[in-house]
Amino acid sequence: MAERTGFFTDTSVCIGCKACEVACKEWNQLPDDGFVFQATSYDNTGMLGASTWRHVAFIEQSRPVPGGDEGVERWLMSSDVCKHCTHAACLDVCPTGALFRTEFDTVVVQPDICNGCGYCVPACPFGVIDRREDDGRAWKCTMCYDRQRGGLEPACAKACPTDSIQFGPLDELRERAEERVARLRADGHEEARLYGESPSDGVGGAGAFFLLLDEPEAYGLPPDPVVTTRDLPAMWRWAGAAAVSAVGAVALAFLGPRGQRGSGGSRGWGGSRGPLGPLGSRAGGGR
Amino acid sequence: MTRERAVVPEAEFRSYYGRPVIKPPIWHEPHMPTYLYLGGMSGVSSMMAVMARLTGHDRLAATARVAAAAGAASGAALLAAELGRPERFLNMLRIFKPTSPMSVGSWILAAQGGLSAAALAGPLNAGPPGGLPHAGGRTGGPGRAPAGVLHGVLRPLGDAALLASGVTGPLTATYTAVLVADTAVPAWHEAYRELPFLFAGSAMAAAGAVSMLGTPRVHAGPARVVAVLGAAVETVAGEVMERRLGFLGEPYRTGRAGRLMRTARALTAGGGLLAAVAGRSRALTVLSGLALTAGSLCTRFGILEAGRASALDPKYTVVPQRRRLRAGAG
Repeated sequence: MAERTGFFTDTSVCIGCKACEVACKEWNQLPDDGFVFQATSYDNTGMLGASTWRHVAFIEQSRPVPGGDEGVERWLMSSDVCKHCTHAACLDVCPTGALFRTEFDTVVVQPDICNGCGYCVPACPFGVIDRREDDGRAWKCTMCYDRQRGGLEPACAKACPTDSIQFGPLDELRERAEERVARLRADGHEEARLYGESPSDGVGGAGAFFLLLDEPEAYGLPPDPVVTTRDLPAMWRWAGAAAVSAVGAVALAFLGPRGQRGSGGSRGWGGSRGPLGPLGSRAGGGR
Repeated sequence: MTRERAVVPEAEFRSYYGRPVIKPPIWHEPHMPTYLYLGGMSGVSSMMAVMARLTGHDRLAATARVAAAAGAASGAALLAAELGRPERFLNMLRIFKPTSPMSVGSWILAAQGGLSAAALAGPLNAGPPGGLPHAGGRTGGPGRAPAGVLHGVLRPLGDAALLASGVTGPLTATYTAVLVADTAVPAWHEAYRELPFLFAGSAMAAAGAVSMLGTPRVHAGPARVVAVLGAAVETVAGEVMERRLGFLGEPYRTGRAGRLMRTARALTAGGGLLAAVAGRSRALTVLSGLALTAGSLCTRFGILEAGRASALDPKYTVVPQRRRLRAGAG
């Protein structure tokens, strides 16, 4: 297996040019999203979806800038992408095996297997994957699986003019990110933080992680995402308890005093040997 | 609700221009919630058919067998229609994947559908018009010489299938709770303890109602008991769930989901109370059976809608996660 590759998106140097969005669409031949004007800053794609595998968020803020003037407005720009989780809920819940983990430890949908059940869509704690309604299948970022197999870096990282999107072996990227966040903090950007880099988080660490300059939710990211299947054993235990209770309740209905009274016949399983058979015995009566 | 609001002031909560963090479930109405109803109804009907067969309630067993088979078959058809690529529905059985409740559920439903259909071999082979629920004749027993051999083979096979559906039935009625809970949808995921009981109760009420409606009153006693017990379980589980969820119970109380859940609660409780006395008249039986059926359907539509609402409002995703982080840090 090849080394685990990933994205480190350093939002502190993102200039909101959307070259990543365009490059992604071009390379992966993604259809448009309907050209909807969101009326929220310069964002015209809104969020990641079946046909938007890179999404640049624009956040306009009025707040003090460290080392700068009080009250100066700032722009936060961030190119969001599929996190390629270590513990990927979409992959866990996919019933057909259409979603699989590649040799680069990324998570990819096989379009020829996906039957469009849609289970991966609400399972993703980041709201990344979606079903294309006209085509019926689920789609998301492949981290340019085809390009990686050909030894090329993903289209978005290739196109990024400021190296806000960095691609490479995940371990290397994590080291580089630690250095970068330390440097920013030393420069007075106390709010700089990494998001998704820790293997101890709820998804076991993301294959695509970020350097943010505000809380994750300001960028539309969940503050503490957890892979939904973490609780699956407990869920089955509770369902098992409910199933057993239901069996007990139904048995009670037939074996309890009320159940035995007013019944249609007193013979048990062996009663089928009777002259009319059990089903013919008293059918039609009592209406 | 007001208490919860006070704990989480709106100002504390931030989002990206109010946009949802996660994607709402994309399953459509009426397919998905109707399937939840039909699957539950089929599962408990199988359980009832087994118990009825074992205790000699043969008329009730025949109704329940048909309800189980019809519910599973029509439910499976709805599920296939719900797929983005219905022609690929067999891909569900391409693998067995324990981490996917939908994969596990597909196998459960396939088994339930097959077994409940095979279980019909018993009553069908009793010969027309003796076996089917609405066939009232007394003919068609033994002495039908040409059918004798088939009779000897099919009936035991049908009964064996029926017995086996006593295992797949309870699974069919409850796995759907795991199916919806195993998502990032806050109002579903956090309700994973109560949802199986809510679904099981709803399924019992639904199956009891169908068997009540489809069986002469004098034979339908146990079906009425199942309906009453189911209505009670559904009502209690729903109350407990909403209370324990607190802030995340809000989506079940507000908007369209709230209206559906309140309607469901009223229909189920009313239908359950009526079922207790429905043995007295046909009119009471019909009223109770229809109320319980409508109640079970409203519950399933309400659950889907509440899940959707909780996914679309970012506060239900962000606020509990922030709390968790704060609790972990402090």
